[in-house]
Amino acid sequence: MTTLSGQQSAISSQLETIAELPPHETQLQEFWRILKKDRLAIFGMIVLGVLLALAIVAKVTTEWVVIFDPSTVRLPDKFLPPMSGASADLIPTEDRPVFGVYLFGTDELGRDVFARMLQGSFVSLSIGFIAVGISVSIGILLGGLSGYYGRIKLGFITVDTLIMRFTDVMLCFPTFFLILTVVALLPPSIYNIMIVIGVTSWMGTARFVRAEFLSLREQDFVVAAQALGLPEYRIIFRHMVPNAMAPVLVSATIGVASAILTESGLSFLGFGVQPPFATWGNILSDGKGFIFDAPWLFFIPGFAILIVVLAFNLFGEGLREALNPKLRRR
Amino acid sequence: MAQARAHSGLLTMWTYIARNILQRIVTLLIVSIVAHSVIHLAPGEPSQVDPSNPRMKPSDIENIRAAFHLDDPLHLQYAYWIRDLFTGELKSFKDNQPVLPKIWQRFLNSLPLLICATLIIWSLSFPTGIHAAIRRGSVYDRSTTFTAYALISIPGFFLSYIMILWVVDTFNVPVIGMKTFGMEDADLAFRSMDRLWHLVIPSLMSAIGGIAVLSRYVRSQMLEVVGQDYIRTARAKGLSEDTVIYRHALQNALLPFVTMFGFLLPALIGGSVIFEQIFAWPGLGRLGYEAILARDFPVILTINFIAAVLTLAGTLVSDLLYAVVDPRIRLQ
Repeated sequence: MTTLSGQQSAISSQLETIAELPPHETQLQEFWRILKKDRLAIFGMIVLGVLLALAIVAKVTTEWVVIFDPSTVRLPDKFLPPMSGASADLIPTEDRPVFGVYLFGTDELGRDVFARMLQGSFVSLSIGFIAVGISVSIGILLGGLSGYYGRIKLGFITVDTLIMRFTDVMLCFPTFFLILTVVALLPPSIYNIMIVIGVTSWMGTARFVRAEFLSLREQDFVVAAQALGLPEYRIIFRHMVPNAMAPVLVSATIGVASAILTESGLSFLGFGVQPPFATWGNILSDGKGFIFDAPWLFFIPGFAILIVVLAFNLFGEGLREALNPKLRRR
Repeated sequence: MAQARAHSGLLTMWTYIARNILQRIVTLLIVSIVAHSVIHLAPGEPSQVDPSNPRMKPSDIENIRAAFHLDDPLHLQYAYWIRDLFTGELKSFKDNQPVLPKIWQRFLNSLPLLICATLIIWSLSFPTGIHAAIRRGSVYDRSTTFTAYALISIPGFFLSYIMILWVVDTFNVPVIGMKTFGMEDADLAFRSMDRLWHLVIPSLMSAIGGIAVLSRYVRSQMLEVVGQDYIRTARAKGLSEDTVIYRHALQNALLPFVTMFGFLLPALIGGSVIFEQIFAWPGLGRLGYEAILARDFPVILTINFIAAVLTLAGTLVSDLLYAVVDPRIRLQ
């Protein structure tokens, strides 16, 4: 009797000490606490937030409610430097830029560079996001198949061997050369560029996801879920995919950055997004011809790309640090 | 007994290599089939490059198509291509020159660029990365980190144009082509100096991305090693900091980089298109670009094939090197 009450008091005192401990922070809180310390990553995040807002505003103001018109040609006003006003007597009122000022100057056709950059921000970002969306989907699908169903035999080879050999095959292609070849042979279209960049860059994601799945498959919570008789799609999508997402998220963030760079490289070689779409890549590549006469046509898109790609890279690297518990402890 | 074990070890080593090579040959075969189908199934034919030329009669187009087997079924075209490639009779669609000597010549042009760029990358990124890792969190570390990210994030041709403007204005260094036109009769010393000056800026520019990536990699690898127990032991023994860092840590941190030697050659083709285009360098990447413009399928396919061969050979070499350098993963 005494021992029982002694046990009870021991348990209750343990409960008190547990209650006195600080409340356990959720994964999200922990992630945010670590990310907050990384000033570069926070800088990247802020820039990306601003950029996303800007891109949406840009879509609205350049296409739906036209405030900034990127395609108006004003020949009397060509090659005006930034912050110069429109010539009031030559340009009809409806063609004038907002407040009558060209914020970023005008190009060789007198188009407002600010409006074109705005339009380009949406196009460039959507190229990045859609290309990465495609590559991440393919990567998760193939990596997941290979990691979860890898042991199933198809005739004489396993699913895992088949998919991983195919990944090796894709890794053998010189990526930029392949993208260039396909984009050059296909009819020029913005969708082709997105698809081609996406289809040629999923291999890293597939490998990450496969490795994560291989280790997750052996872990207790997955075995428990299997023992409970949960349907396989539920085990995969509800229990395994969220746990495998950390490296995918990091490589996706950096992937958007490299897709924007690839697009500008394609534009430089003349196979980028064709008019009437303006992207930062093709504004930059058109601007290189006027580097002496109108340097703003070259430097404004160049630095815009630099800042945005840098923001993506820094944010991605911050994510990697914050999501990777092994790195964190050091 | 020991001899027998050593012998069987050698045998497994050879079977390992043989199996690896076989696997890679199969991969190569699939790569070539995929590349061939992608290129031939895409719209746009070599005979359509110049459709507005009034001298091109329909019969000419038919002749061209027949000469290049363009009307045969796809698998036959593939067979013709492989046969011609290995007998060395593959001809370019554009000028009917044999493809292999053409590629070889351009490869020789690209080679000095590649060697210079590699030397620059390796000699700059190791000191930078090691230094940053040793002084983790210092101003030096943070500024190199930021610089590295900035260099990765800048479009290569944007930076090159700025560099060209600055360099030509300040140092008067030539930036176009491989040599100055009209220098053929000059003294050998002059010609080689001219070659060297032409090499400086292109190789520096194509090295920049590599420096940024590799120095980051060296840094993280170094950090990984510095946190290990044996480094603490070495410090506890009372070894000097230099011995700990340069003998105990660096040697182990260098292991993964052995494998990177394998990837040097394939980098030649993929990354060089833009830089060779900027600096008018008559190299392999530019040949590929010209071939794409002219729908010169044999050249495109062969460059792609060679790139795949180099990649596969590179991974094979790096796997073997790794097994040689790191006894822990020696083949079971």
